[in-house]
Amino acid sequence: MSDLFAMLPSILMIVAPILITAVGGMICEKSGVVNIALEGLMAVGAFTAATLHYFLEPATVLSVWLAILAGGLAGLAISLIHAFASISLNANQVISGTGINLLATGGTAFMAQIVFKMERTMPFRLGMMPGFGGIYPTAWIALGVVLVAWFVLYKRPFGMRLRACGEHPQAAASAGIDVRGIRYVAVMISGFLAGVAGGCLVLTQTIQYTIYTINGAGFIALAAVSFGRWLPKGIAGSSLLFGTAVSLSIYMVNIPALRVLPSEFFSVMPYIITLVTLVLFSGRDYAPRASGQPYERS
Amino acid sequence: MNRKKNWEQILADDRTVSLFVVGLGFACGTLLVLLVGKNPAGMYQAMLQTLTGWDITRKVWNARYIGEWLTASIPLILCGLSMGFAARTGLFNIGAEGQYIVGLTAAQFVALYFPPVPVLHWVAALAAAGLAGALWGGIVGILKARFEVSEVVATIMLNYVAFFLSRWVSMAIPGANTYRTPNFPPTATLASGFLENLTNGSRLNYGLFLALLACLFYWFIIEKTNLGFSLRATGLNKEAARYSGIPVTRSIASSMIIAGMFAGFAGAAVALGSFNYGRVLGGYDNYGFNGIAVALVGNSQAGGILASGLLFGMLASSQPLMQSRQIPKEITLIISGLVVVFISLRAGVKLFLDWRAKKATRTGGRSNDE
Repeated sequence: MSDLFAMLPSILMIVAPILITAVGGMICEKSGVVNIALEGLMAVGAFTAATLHYFLEPATVLSVWLAILAGGLAGLAISLIHAFASISLNANQVISGTGINLLATGGTAFMAQIVFKMERTMPFRLGMMPGFGGIYPTAWIALGVVLVAWFVLYKRPFGMRLRACGEHPQAAASAGIDVRGIRYVAVMISGFLAGVAGGCLVLTQTIQYTIYTINGAGFIALAAVSFGRWLPKGIAGSSLLFGTAVSLSIYMVNIPALRVLPSEFFSVMPYIITLVTLVLFSGRDYAPRASGQPYERS
Repeated sequence: MNRKKNWEQILADDRTVSLFVVGLGFACGTLLVLLVGKNPAGMYQAMLQTLTGWDITRKVWNARYIGEWLTASIPLILCGLSMGFAARTGLFNIGAEGQYIVGLTAAQFVALYFPPVPVLHWVAALAAAGLAGALWGGIVGILKARFEVSEVVATIMLNYVAFFLSRWVSMAIPGANTYRTPNFPPTATLASGFLENLTNGSRLNYGLFLALLACLFYWFIIEKTNLGFSLRATGLNKEAARYSGIPVTRSIASSMIIAGMFAGFAGAAVALGSFNYGRVLGGYDNYGFNGIAVALVGNSQAGGILASGLLFGMLASSQPLMQSRQIPKEITLIISGLVVVFISLRAGVKLFLDWRAKKATRTGGRSNDE
C-alpha cells in the first residue's frame, strides 16, 4: 500500500491527461456527437505543444503554459473538421472520427519531418516542473476541468440545453434551442480539451513527441466515458482507475509483489473492465439517447 | 436540363464519387508537398516505380517493386473485406485490427507447434487464423445482438485486448524474446518460389491467391446466397428486416463472424507470407485501420475493395521510395486520412441531392396546380 502512495504523483501524472480528454468526450457525447477522434486530437495537441515548447523554452518561463494553450487551440481547429462533417453534413460520425485519427498520425509525423528533419520533435530541455508533493500541476488542471464541467452541465442553463440536445434534439429545437450551434460548441470544447491533454501528456511524461507518445490514451479516455456512465464524478473515478492500471503496467517492476504478473495484465485491464461493464449495464439508459445520431431538421 | 440531369446522376453514383474523393485526396496531398517546398514529382515517380517497377530517374526496371506492391495489398484487401462485410449489415467494424492480431497470433502458434507436414501445415495455420478472427469478431457480434453493446466501442476495446494478449502469449513461447519467437519450419510459410522468381525476389506469396479467393467468396456470399440477402436487408433497414421474418440478431452475429474471419486471414497472410518467425508485436500494424479506408473507397463491393486495396497497397509500399526522394513518407498516411475525411463529407452530396429533389417536387407540384 505504501508503494502505491509513493506512486501517487506518477499515477496522477498519467491520470490527468486521460481525465481531461474524457471530460471533453463526455461533453461531446452529451450534446449528441460521438467523438472517436480523441486519440488523434490528443496527438495534434501533443505535437503542437512539444514543438512550440522546444522553440520558446529558451525565451520565456511561460513557455510550458503557452505550449499547452497552443495544443488546445490546435486540437480545437482540427475538431472543426469533425464538427462540420457530423453536424453540418449529417455525416457518419464514426467515419469522420476515423479519418481524423488517420490524418493525425500522418500529419504530425509529416510536420515533424518538415520542421525538425526527423520523424519526431526535437527533445526539449525541461518539461513541466512538479509542484507541491511532487505532483504535477496537470493534476490540478484536470480537477478544475471536471469541477467546471460539472457546474456548467448541471447548474447552468447552457449545460441543460446541451444535455437536451443529446437526449432529444427535436424537443430541444422546438423549445427554441439552436441544436447545431450547441453541438458545434461541444465538439470544439472536446477538441480543445483533448489538445490541452495531449500537451499536458507530452510535457510531463516525456521529452519529445513521437507517433507513439499518445499510445492509446485517447481510446482509454473514450472507455472512461462509457465506464463512468457519462457522469462527471463517474468519469473522474474511471479515469483514476484506468490511469492507475496504466501506471502499474509501467512501474510494476518497482513493486516485488506484482512482478509475478506480466505488465500486459495491467495494460489490458481498462479495456476488459469497460467491456464487462458495458455488458452488465446493457439495457439501462446511461448513454445520452441521441448520441451518435445526426440531427436532421425537417 | 438534360445536362443537369446527367450531372446529378454522376453525383449519385458511388463509384464516380469514390474516384472523385481519391482524386481530391491526391490533389490535397500534392498541394501539401508543394506548400512545404518539396517537389511532388518525386511522389509520383515513387508511385510509378511501385506500380510498374520502372525507375524513371535511373532508367532501370525491377519487377521486385511490383511484387512488394502486391504483397502489401494482400492484408489491406482482406481487412477491407472485413470492414466491408460488416458494413453491408449496417455494422461499423473498427475491430479488424484486433481480429487481424488474433489471426496472426494463432497462425504463428500453429506454425511453431503443428507437425511440419507439407501443405497440411500451412492449411492448418490458415484455418486457425480464420477461426481465431471469427471468434474475435463473433464476440462483438454477440455483444451487439444480445446485449446491444455498441460495436464501435466493443471493437476498440477488443483491439487493445487482442494486442496485449498477443504480446503476453507470444512472449511465453520458449525461446521468444521481447520482439520475436524462434523460426517456423519452412512447411508453415506461404512463400512461393515461383512468385518470388517471377518478381525478382520479392516477398510475394500464395497470400495473393488467398486475397483473390476471399474477394470471390465475399461477392458470392453477399450477392448470391440467402444469408447475404438477410445480411443486406438487415443493413438497409433493421426493423423492416425483422418484420419480414429475417432473424436480425443471427444476421448481426454471423456478419461479424465472417468479417472477423477475413481479418484473421489477413493476419495469417502477413505472419506466414512475409515472415519466417513469429513476431511479438510492438505496436499496431495498422492494416485493420487502413482496411476501413479501403472498404469506404471500395463502397463495400468485392470488386471495389480489390481495386482500392491495390491503391492503398501502392501508397503503403511506395513509402520507402518516397523517403529516398526526400518526400516525407507520411504523405501517404495523410492522403489515406484525407480520403476518409472526404468520404465522410460525401454525406453532404446526399444532403444536396435531397434538397434538389425536394425543391424539384415543390416547383413541379405548383406548376400542376396552376
